[in-house]
Order: sequence, then structure tokens, then C-alpha cells
Amino acid sequence: MSMLSRVANNLYWLARYLERAENTARLINVNSHLLLDLPTRVKLGWEPIVDILSFRTMFYERYDNADEKSVIRFMVVDENNPGSIMSALDAARENARTVKEILPQEAWEQLNELYWFVTDNKADVFTRRSRYDFLRKIIQANQSITGLFSGTMTHDDGYDFLRIGRNLERADMSTRIIDVRSASLLTNIDDDSSAFSNIQWMSVLKSMSAYQMYRRQVRMRITREDVLEFLLLESRFPRSLLHALEQVEYSLSQLPNNKSAIDKTRQLRNYLMNARPAKLVQEKLHEFIDDIQLGLIEIDTKLYDSYF
Amino acid sequence: MAIRWGNYKVKNLHDELIRAAGKPRDYAHQLCEYLKGLTDKEVNELKAAADSAIHVMGITFRVYNDEEGSVDRAWPFDIIPRLIDKKEWDVIDNGLKQRVKALNMFIDDLYNDQRIIKDGIVPASLLKKSKNFLPECQGFSPPYGVWAHICGSDLVRDNQGTVYVLEDNLRVPSGVSYMLENRHVMKRVFPEMFAKYSIMPVDDYPSQLYNMLADISPRKIEEPEIVVLTPGIYNSAYFEHAYLAQQMGAELVVGSDLVVQDDDCVYMRTINGLTRVDVIYRRVDDWFVDPEAFHPDSMLGVPGLIRAWKAGNVGLANAPGSGVADDKVVYAYVPKIIEYYLQEEAILPNVPTYKCNNKKEREYVLENIADMVVKPANESGGYGMLIGPHATKSEHEKFRKLIKSDPRNYVAQPMLMLSTAPTMVGTKVEPRHLDLRPFILSSKEINVTMGGLTRVAMTKGSMVVNSSQGGGSKDTWIVDMEDDQ
Repeated sequence: MSMLSRVANNLYWLARYLERAENTARLINVNSHLLLDLPTRVKLGWEPIVDILSFRTMFYERYDNADEKSVIRFMVVDENNPGSIMSALDAARENARTVKEILPQEAWEQLNELYWFVTDNKADVFTRRSRYDFLRKIIQANQSITGLFSGTMTHDDGYDFLRIGRNLERADMSTRIIDVRSASLLTNIDDDSSAFSNIQWMSVLKSMSAYQMYRRQVRMRITREDVLEFLLLESRFPRSLLHALEQVEYSLSQLPNNKSAIDKTRQLRNYLMNARPAKLVQEKLHEFIDDIQLGLIEIDTKLYDSYF
Repeated sequence: MAIRWGNYKVKNLHDELIRAAGKPRDYAHQLCEYLKGLTDKEVNELKAAADSAIHVMGITFRVYNDEEGSVDRAWPFDIIPRLIDKKEWDVIDNGLKQRVKALNMFIDDLYNDQRIIKDGIVPASLLKKSKNFLPECQGFSPPYGVWAHICGSDLVRDNQGTVYVLEDNLRVPSGVSYMLENRHVMKRVFPEMFAKYSIMPVDDYPSQLYNMLADISPRKIEEPEIVVLTPGIYNSAYFEHAYLAQQMGAELVVGSDLVVQDDDCVYMRTINGLTRVDVIYRRVDDWFVDPEAFHPDSMLGVPGLIRAWKAGNVGLANAPGSGVADDKVVYAYVPKIIEYYLQEEAILPNVPTYKCNNKKEREYVLENIADMVVKPANESGGYGMLIGPHATKSEHEKFRKLIKSDPRNYVAQPMLMLSTAPTMVGTKVEPRHLDLRPFILSSKEINVTMGGLTRVAMTKGSMVVNSSQGGGSKDTWIVDMEDDQ
């Protein structure tokens, strides 16, 4: 039985929204911790979080200051922000609802539970004490949903669309995090702050859950170049950009009618591997990431042309 | 102790579980004993377990109201099951099969020879004014002469204990998924009761539905392509559409997923291109199913669907036009319809029904409106009804006017005192009125669900059981008392 175009599209977006919710939860958790470690005179603050999702204009239409409370409200519970965790989970659930008949029942139940958990406990995110557990629960539930997909669902076309959605979203979020974090990083820090520079690169790694794996591989002190190399090009690390693109390519290879999307993905992967991005200065890195973002959009367009 | 049957008042009522104060019916004895042994704490735990199962399983229904628009509500469920002795059920099962068989013969006749009208059993005027008669379907007969493949008939019991058919839903009856899910919830909450009783299983419904649909496939192939056509996620029964598709392993489609090509065959859009569709279980109303044949601005349907169906290239369940028999005026004639086609007396009685298009009966209704239930011919879900004894004088007057201006559109029935069953109110039990909707599947053969969906009016004294109007539900157990355990 071949898959309905509409269903393939819903699965793709279901996975994207889930990944978005998870990444946002990680991002906010890490930022909360980072701010505790930085001296108070360093004004890193919460604005970069808004910038990562390119929501600056929308944010300032609705809030006066990028203080902790406003940014967290905006990014976690604000249903008028289509990128908030609440909105992403709502959209994931609506997409899942329309394809409920092909998802593993347990995954649907888990998603429902997560949705109600966030709806019922969203006040927890405003207190620093309970925030960590609240966000960790979101991350864990997402991980278990992904695990249920992988462990209890037939790895057929539908699964490939889930995997494509997840990896494209991950690639998108990773590159946004790298872009904004590396730009906002050092600007406010004077000469005696190299320890803090270290902390900040650690936080970039942690935002992508890469710190521990990075450490296992790169034992020396944390440098910008090594971190970028790891996050962009370490194909064995599942949250790296290269790994995500390889996964997209592999999933596409399982699908019918895949030529144009696969060509686009390969092209982007080759671009990534030849650009030596870790060596780029900040300005060039930004341009490079813009190109990657455009490439991801083009892959999405090809998917629409071929399947949806 | 939470539940004391001695305090449970059944005077002037027919209760499904309790015969007289403190005395359960034979088949309810074990259940009542078990419930009596529960503490308040245990009752609350059981209720919480059921709520959490419903929550986690995502069992919801949609309601519309002025304040909030369309909202998803958790399915309201009572943990005490409603029991029926299998001996009694076997009679009901036969009665339903007989009724649906005759109704299908009636529909097939109306769209073809109209013998029943020529023979003067039902008046020709009945058909002329029927909103659900589709002239487009005339001269056509689907496989096995079956039009209403899925029928949901509402049964009620009065305070004398007699079971009546209240109405037959032959268009797109809903509720069966709740019947199935109620059972799943009960198995999670009351596993011990399933060991004590021999409860007839309900979960083969999806495979029976699949087989019935496969039977009407025009292509006789190993695995016909069966789809469930839904109006979409904002439909109040969407949960059920998705549920049934999932249970049958069928594709759930919306109108825009399907297309009728020049060869008059139906196809669905897939990632491989177009794939032929053999049978459509459509949950879209007649009027919206094909903008080419009916409402030109319908976004829910598939242009050309009726053309493909009449060309014999796709099976449609229920067949368009089967709603002609789902009309509260036709209902009044069903006992005669059964006699006419089957030469048998109706096994299940109708509720006495006054047809307002008959002068004498109309006058009786206008006179006694305060004691009667008045129903419009073609509404469902409890909309547009008058419940005389609970209505105000000005509402009575309003309905008198409505009836006089359009007598064909109204029937009236005496107010029945529906039977009750013990229902949890806090940690106590109180009697609440209920009905029962079994589902009947017809194509090559006829199958009736074991029990059905019991709907219960959660408000004290109320007889309105529709979920859109605040009703809840119970699991329905057909118990075989002769099967010794």
C-alpha cells in the first residue's frame, strides 16, 4: 500500500515540530545554567535565544524587554508564537492526530501525555528551581517518542518521512544555534574572561547535547575551531550537521521518486565538506550558515515537489 | 463503604442492575457484591484510573458551543458497566437483523420498482417530501441490494421493562469506536471482573467491518484498497474515523486525497502517484459527498464520486440515498415494512408514534403536547426536539406553530420513562437514565455487535443521553450466565 501524500506530509511535520520542541527545551535549559556561571557584568542575557529562531521583530511587538521571564514566556508557553514549545507540541499533536492510524499507539499516547503535561504544568518553567525538571521531562518524552517510532514502527516509507523531518529540523536548529551563539559569544567579554569564553563554548556544545561526546573525542582545551569542526562535520555524532544530512540522504534513498531531492541533499553535503567552515572567521561563518539554511529550504521544496 | 444498595432507590423505575432496593438482578449479583466491598478511596482510585486511561488513550469528542467554538473534550465515562443477560440479547439480536434486512429491502424498492407504494402500504406523499430521497440514485441497485451497510439503531427500555427501537440511524451513524474504547478502559480498570463473568467480546468489530467492506469491492482481488473518507479533524466524530481506519488497516482520507479520472474510477494521491481505490467507507454526509452531483461548493467531497459508484467501479458504504429510511416519519411505518417484505411480525416493537401529517394524529399531538416528545423528521443528535413535560408553555406554543406550518416534518411520541442503571455520582451511586446503540453490519451477511454503546444522561432525572448534550457512556456487558466458570 503506498502512502498518501497528505499523510507523508503530516509525518514530516510531526517529526519537525517534535524536534523543534526538544531543541528549544535544550536551548533554554542550557542558557539558564550558563547565566548562573557568567559574572553579572557580562550581559549575555536572553535575547540571543529569540534571535536563534529569527523572532526578534515578533518578540518586540509583544514584549518590552528581553528579560528572562519574557523570553521564557515567549519561547515556552506563548501560543501566539508559532515557534514556542507549546505551539510546536500543539502542532505536532494535530499532525499526529490526522495520521494517528499509522502511528504506534504508544507513541501517540506518549505525545498526548506530554501535551497535557506541558499544558498543566507550564507555570513550572518560570521558577528556576522547577524549570530544569520541567524542560528535562519534555526532552525525555521526545526522546521516548522518537525511540518508540524507531523501536515499534515498521521502517517503511512513513518512517523515512519522520526521519527526514527530524533530521532536517535538527540541521536547521543546529546551524541557527551555531550562528547566533558564536556571534553573540565573545563580544561582551574583555581580556580576563577567557575562562568565560571556555564556558560559553561549552554551552554551545551543551545546547546541542554534544559536550560529553566532544570531550571523549577532543581531550584538549575547548577551542572554537574544534567545537565547530565537531558540531558541523563529525559524521559519527548524531546531532552534527553532517550526520543529519547523511540521514536525510539515506532515508530518501529508500523512497520512490527521489532523484531531485537526493541530488539537492548530496550537493549540500558536498558543499559542507569542502567549505572547511571551522576555519572561517565569524562573518564568513555567518555567510556559510546562510547558504546551508538556503540549501535546507531547497531540500524542503524538492520534497514538496516530489511527494506532498 | 461507599456503595450501599439498600439506599439505592428504584421505586417507579426499571433499573438494569437492581430489581428492588438492596436486591440486584441475578446476572448483576456478582458485580454489585464487588462494588459493595469497595471503600471510598478505592472508588476514587478506580475513577482516577479510568480518567487517566481515557486521557492517555486520547479518547475525545468534539462539541460546539457559542463561548468556545469547537473544543475537544475527554470522553465522559462511568465506571459501572451496564449488564444484559445474553438470553435476552439473543432476541434483540434477531430483532435487529430482521429490522435492518427489511429496511434495506425498502430502500432498494424505493429507488427501483416502488412496489410498497403501488401496493398502498406507505403513501406516495411520504417520498415526495422526503429530504433524504436522492433522485440521482433511482434505477440503481448496489451489491446484495444493500444500501445501509452500517446501521446504528437506538434502543430504549421503558419502566415496564419492554425494549423498544427509538430510531434507526442509516446515514453515518457514529459511536462504535467509543463502544470499543470503553471496553479497553474497563479491561484496564476492572481486570478482576473479566475473570468472574463470561462477557461476550466486542473487539472483532473492526475485522467484521473490514470483511463487510471487502465484500462490496467491485474488483474481486485478494486485498482490495479500502479507505475511510472523513470530513477532517474538525468533525465531531473524527476520533472515530481515525480509530476505525487504524483498526482496519485502511487509509484514512479526506476529499482532496481522492480523484475520479476519465475512466470513472476513483484514485488516491500517494507518494508513488495515483492508486486505485475499491471501497470507500464514507463518513461524509450525502449532500457533501460529490460536488458534481450535489452541493457544488462542497470542499469535503470528491467530484465524480457518484458517477464512479453508478458505473460500478467503487463500493460506497453507506450508499448515498440510504438516509431516505432514516426519517422519523418512515420510522412509524417500519413494523408494516417488515411485514410487507419478510411476511413476519416485528420482533422489536416501535415506540408508539404519532405522525403529524395525519389529521387525527396531529390533533391528538397538538392537544397533548405537554406530555409528549416532538421530533423533527430529519434531525439527529437530539437537536430541534421538544420534550413536552420539561418545556415551558411558550415552547409548547412554539412547537404547535411549527407542527401546523410543516406537519410532514414532525412526529410525536409519548414520553417514555427510560430505564436506569447505577451511576457514580461522587463516591455514591444514583440511578441515571440510559439507552443503547448497537451497530448492525450488512452486506453478504448481517452481523450485530455484542451489546453496543450505552449512553447515559449524567444529570439527575434527565433523559437526554446525547454526548453533544452532556451525556456520558458506560461499557455494555452481554453476560452469558449459562456458561459456568
